[in-house]
Amino acid sequence: MSDAPARVPARSPSNPRSALLNAMQVGLPAIALLVMLAIIFSIRPAAMSYFGFHLLFKLSVPLVFAALAQMMVIMLGDIDLSNGAFVGLITCITALYLGDAPAIAALCYLVLIAAYAGLGLLIHARQLPSIIVTLGMSFIWLGIAVILLPAPGGSAPAWLAAFMSWQPPLMPLSIWLAALAALAGHLVISRSSYGVVLRGAGGNPRAVQRAGWSVVGIRVAVYAAAGLLACLAGLTLTGLTTSGDANVAPAYTLLGVGAVILGGGAFTGGVVSPVGTVVGALTLSLAGSLLSFLQVPPTWQIGAQGVILFLVLAGRVLLSERAR
Amino acid sequence: MMNDPTSPKRDAAETVNADGLLIEVRDVRKHYDAVHALGGVDFHLKPGEVVGLVGHNGAGKSTLMNVLAGTIERSSGSFRLGGREIGAWSAASAQQAGLRCIFQELSLCANLTSAENTRIVHRSLRGLGWRRRARQVIGPVLDEIFPGHGIDLDRKVADLPIGERQMVEIARAFTQTSIKLRAVILDEPTSALGHEATEQLLAHIRRAAGRGIACILITHRLNEILAVCDRTVVMVDGKVVAERPTAGLSRAALVELMGSIERPRERTAGKVASVQAPVIRHAGRDTTDLTIDVGKGEVIGFAGLDGHGQRERLRAMFYASRRQREALPGAYVAGDRGSEGVFSLWSIADNLTIRSLNALTRGGMISGAAARKLAETWSNRLNVKAPSIDTPILSLSGGNQQKVLFARALSSDAEVIFLDDPMRGVDVGTKQEVYRLIRAEAENGRAFVWYTTELEELTNCERIYVFREGRAVTRLEGEAIETGRILQASFGGDHV
Repeated sequence: MSDAPARVPARSPSNPRSALLNAMQVGLPAIALLVMLAIIFSIRPAAMSYFGFHLLFKLSVPLVFAALAQMMVIMLGDIDLSNGAFVGLITCITALYLGDAPAIAALCYLVLIAAYAGLGLLIHARQLPSIIVTLGMSFIWLGIAVILLPAPGGSAPAWLAAFMSWQPPLMPLSIWLAALAALAGHLVISRSSYGVVLRGAGGNPRAVQRAGWSVVGIRVAVYAAAGLLACLAGLTLTGLTTSGDANVAPAYTLLGVGAVILGGGAFTGGVVSPVGTVVGALTLSLAGSLLSFLQVPPTWQIGAQGVILFLVLAGRVLLSERAR
Repeated sequence: MMNDPTSPKRDAAETVNADGLLIEVRDVRKHYDAVHALGGVDFHLKPGEVVGLVGHNGAGKSTLMNVLAGTIERSSGSFRLGGREIGAWSAASAQQAGLRCIFQELSLCANLTSAENTRIVHRSLRGLGWRRRARQVIGPVLDEIFPGHGIDLDRKVADLPIGERQMVEIARAFTQTSIKLRAVILDEPTSALGHEATEQLLAHIRRAAGRGIACILITHRLNEILAVCDRTVVMVDGKVVAERPTAGLSRAALVELMGSIERPRERTAGKVASVQAPVIRHAGRDTTDLTIDVGKGEVIGFAGLDGHGQRERLRAMFYASRRQREALPGAYVAGDRGSEGVFSLWSIADNLTIRSLNALTRGGMISGAAARKLAETWSNRLNVKAPSIDTPILSLSGGNQQKVLFARALSSDAEVIFLDDPMRGVDVGTKQEVYRLIRAEAENGRAFVWYTTELEELTNCERIYVFREGRAVTRLEGEAIETGRILQASFGGDHV
């Protein structure tokens, strides 16, 4: 492009083919989502309505938030294996206290978010692998939840249940929330000048440290944000199920990881996409419904869901290799 | 063609620095437990001054620079900045004071674009439109230092070749927003740059000095020091041993100050071994791409500007030699130690013997005794400076790590050894040791295929191939190997 042909190495600039492959890589979860919707609508055209979307995506709201929480941690190159157990604990606290003693519930949330921030500090200060710390924490969260609520029970405050069944104009609540979460995440993580520092801290913490930022502070803040998002996941889940259950959401941990990776994230840290993560979470939560529509027997559904996850993730890996 | 950056601007710089010292450190020490990385260093820097810092690897140059940049805390000693005494010092306060550092290993975030990386060092680049402003900050500086660089500022750094990454990192250090830039520390900045980019950088250092920006240049390429610096500081074993104005200083004198003696340029090309049939014949991609012949006991050099296909050809030859069953065993010495050389969590012994596991196997198991013996022998032969062969490899200095990688290849059964610019950022003493070893091994019949970005190293070769735009375009042999011809071939005939 410049007038220095002698120096510019012989290297093809971004050719259109690889640009297309790159775009497809980003769009893959969206394509998978659309394909699934197309199959569902071809089987049951009536689902193509406000109410149909409402039913299909109702249960995706907590997963969207849980996946975003996981995304924050993966952004730093860590992983959070306690995410699902934590969401379970939040449902127990919500069902027990939020209706009758909101102050106690709020205090619990704050303490738990602070605990998440503390985990970030511990992992950073002691250079512990996050996979071990959070694996241990998952049992601690589960233990606390079982002590609080030995059997599923309690009840969600009426306003929370009412909010989750609210039917706003234009689109169902689940789509609104997903769109808002994706937009907020995109602005903060992908576009803002502070999001750059956060992603930089995931990609090359030393470089960010040397530029004068506090990587400890970043880790603590990101873990606290992950705790907050997981709290939102627990709250919305309680609103949907209207009760607390310590064991309601263990699958969220790995579904969240799947959504992040599906949405273009990488375990190496620093490479995440909030929009992709949200679309990934919608895709994964729709996979279950798709199998019901295809009349796959319930005993086969979990296995078949795994196959879908595998196919979509493998597709993404294949595309990213081609784009190279 | 190679514009001389030294001459006209030197006087301009010296008039600026009348008003006292920018940085003054006295008796600075740094120790890690019993190890003294810095043993009482005095150092000062005037505004607009260019100081060269030379010394062996492990002499404490990088430690001193890290202390100045706030990334390593000094154990004791005084530090005055602009006449003001500094107590605790951190990377953030160094940034605030307008002190920048280009570290030896690249410190860009590879997952971000060049513009985003600029934002990381400039706190004022925030709010609406920060991305556009970041591009406007880094773009002109990049254009000024490396005209015609052709780097897309919105491309991820991970997708840029290493030379361009280094250009971005250098340009980023010279950018300025709300904080006035006062000094830039450059630690081995030219290790991944080609010849032209290096010249452009040196010229820019003089330009910056003219504007009052002081520079500290750490490099093993002594001609760069001589070309651009006002003053040269020599460090040995964590202490400053000499300080001289660069004017009138010769290369030999500088090397002597460092304690290693520069050997007269000797050629090994005298032996006419290339009569015999080549053991490797690697055909080029087309008729303009030369076939590369490697004979037993030959040292073949790959020259040309960095990033013109030498590394790719080297790898292609290595893989080709592995695929043929009857071919000679080969070994590859990587230049990019961190990412493709060392196993960072392993000891010296484990790193050294990995290439020879087949030879060390006794009845399906690796013989620990044989492995230790091999590691012991070769780490002694290469004079690796370490307490024991069980020391973790990352605790060694860069030069010693590279020696271990050499030992890995040399201790193996390889008959052909491929060297991928292995001397990048290695001190002069270590280089001389390794050159001697390469020659000795070549006498024993081993062949070397050696890609290097340092012209001087090519004098060790019997035959060189100069690369240009992905092809081996020129073949030079024996006495024909000289700097002028190599440059002429690298830039293309019409360019001189």
